[in-house]
Amino acid sequence: MKRTRFQQGLDDLKQKLLQMGGMAESAIEAATESYLQRDPKLCQLVFEREDSINAAERAIDELALDLLAMQQPMAVDLRFIVAVLKINSDIERVGDQAVNIAQRTMDLLAGPEVAEIPVDIGRMTATVSTMMRRALESFLSGKAEVAQAVLEMDNIVDRMKDEAFVILVQRMKQDPDRAQAYLDVLLITRNLERVADHATNISEDVIFWVRGADVRHRVGLDPEDRPAMPQ
Amino acid sequence: MGVGIDVQDLSAWFGKAQVLNDIKMKIEPSHVTAIIGPSGCGKSTYIRCLNRMHETLPDARVSGSVKVGDLDVYDSATAAVDVRRRIGMVFQKANPFPTMSIYDNVAAGLKLNGFRKRHELDEVVEQSLQMAALWDEVKDVLKKKSGASLSGGQQQRLCIARALAVAPEVLLMDEPASALDPISTGKIEELIFQLKERYTVVIVTHNMQQAARVADYTGFFLMGSLIEFDKTQKIFTTPSDQRTEDYITGRFG
Repeated sequence: MKRTRFQQGLDDLKQKLLQMGGMAESAIEAATESYLQRDPKLCQLVFEREDSINAAERAIDELALDLLAMQQPMAVDLRFIVAVLKINSDIERVGDQAVNIAQRTMDLLAGPEVAEIPVDIGRMTATVSTMMRRALESFLSGKAEVAQAVLEMDNIVDRMKDEAFVILVQRMKQDPDRAQAYLDVLLITRNLERVADHATNISEDVIFWVRGADVRHRVGLDPEDRPAMPQ
Repeated sequence: MGVGIDVQDLSAWFGKAQVLNDIKMKIEPSHVTAIIGPSGCGKSTYIRCLNRMHETLPDARVSGSVKVGDLDVYDSATAAVDVRRRIGMVFQKANPFPTMSIYDNVAAGLKLNGFRKRHELDEVVEQSLQMAALWDEVKDVLKKKSGASLSGGQQQRLCIARALAVAPEVLLMDEPASALDPISTGKIEELIFQLKERYTVVIVTHNMQQAARVADYTGFFLMGSLIEFDKTQKIFTTPSDQRTEDYITGRFG
């Protein structure tokens, strides 16, 4: 009594979600690259990709709902589809964050030039991209331990954002004529931190799918696995 | 109120073939417990052991212990007829007495137990039909129509009313809705949900969605063994045993 059609539907869902994840991941990289290179063409690319990400979100929702209604999944399959629905929403929001970063970059390019901004957006992007990539890898492989490692990286990004806030607020006070530019950079760090939150959510959903454990807000983790709270 | 059922080391045979292996299960009072599993896994045999119906079949044998409240079902001093009065049963195919009126169908068990007073009989028949959610549909034709003249879903509710009339503490249901359309099935499921306030209900079902909808606890049987027994929500979202998971996700076999 193998449910071949159902299994094909689940495989299809996984494939579509991974493709969408890849689109969102590259949108974030293109958006931050547009900032680092001061390149408006890359911003345009991010705006164009948003439509594809939104279309993928709708297609995935539709397929997941069809499977729920027509196949009445249970246990691990039910958890998988619920996780897909939630991850789908998180990935779409990652796409939104990419658009926000591109918009901030456009604003920056339109304003007066700022010689030097002492915040390492490249390093922060690398960490956030690693989180997204590992979250999607854990979804591909069904390895909860990979997802768990992503949860532990969230604090690193939070610290980066907090440090950037302190520096940028100080700069705004010292150089109020360029406050708008510093604010744009501050908001970019905030966008990146939100991407890290979405990667964390995706990882939590993978753990729910694989282990059946709800680890959101760190309540379902074993004490040994629980990451240290920020001081 | 329903009573709990404590099953210990229950095994059953047909001739030399063992069909149940050392089942241990504590069934909560006034809750619904579903028994699921593939065909031939022993789930019907299991509930037929709870009220000593198994022993009515040729070459059938049972060992182990079943306690229903304070009643030791397999104690040599316990009469099978007393067990079956305290543990009612409803079968897959509705089996009303075809030539009896609706009223007489419900009153049959009471009359067998020596109930004769007309007004008391009337009261119990009405109460039982009310509890089986059939009263409103049949109150005007109680003595005019036979049990067999009702629809399939109504006949099944009539059988439930008949089982309830003798005031059991436990109600066993063997695939009670498998032959019914979705509307009748919905009524039976709603009824099961209401009945658990007064009775302990054990239901065998092939329909896993039905188990998920009506049962508080679910036991999964495979080849005569109880593989997993837990809260229904746990069984259908995060079962502990891979065999349970394989069965309920359709990857079994």
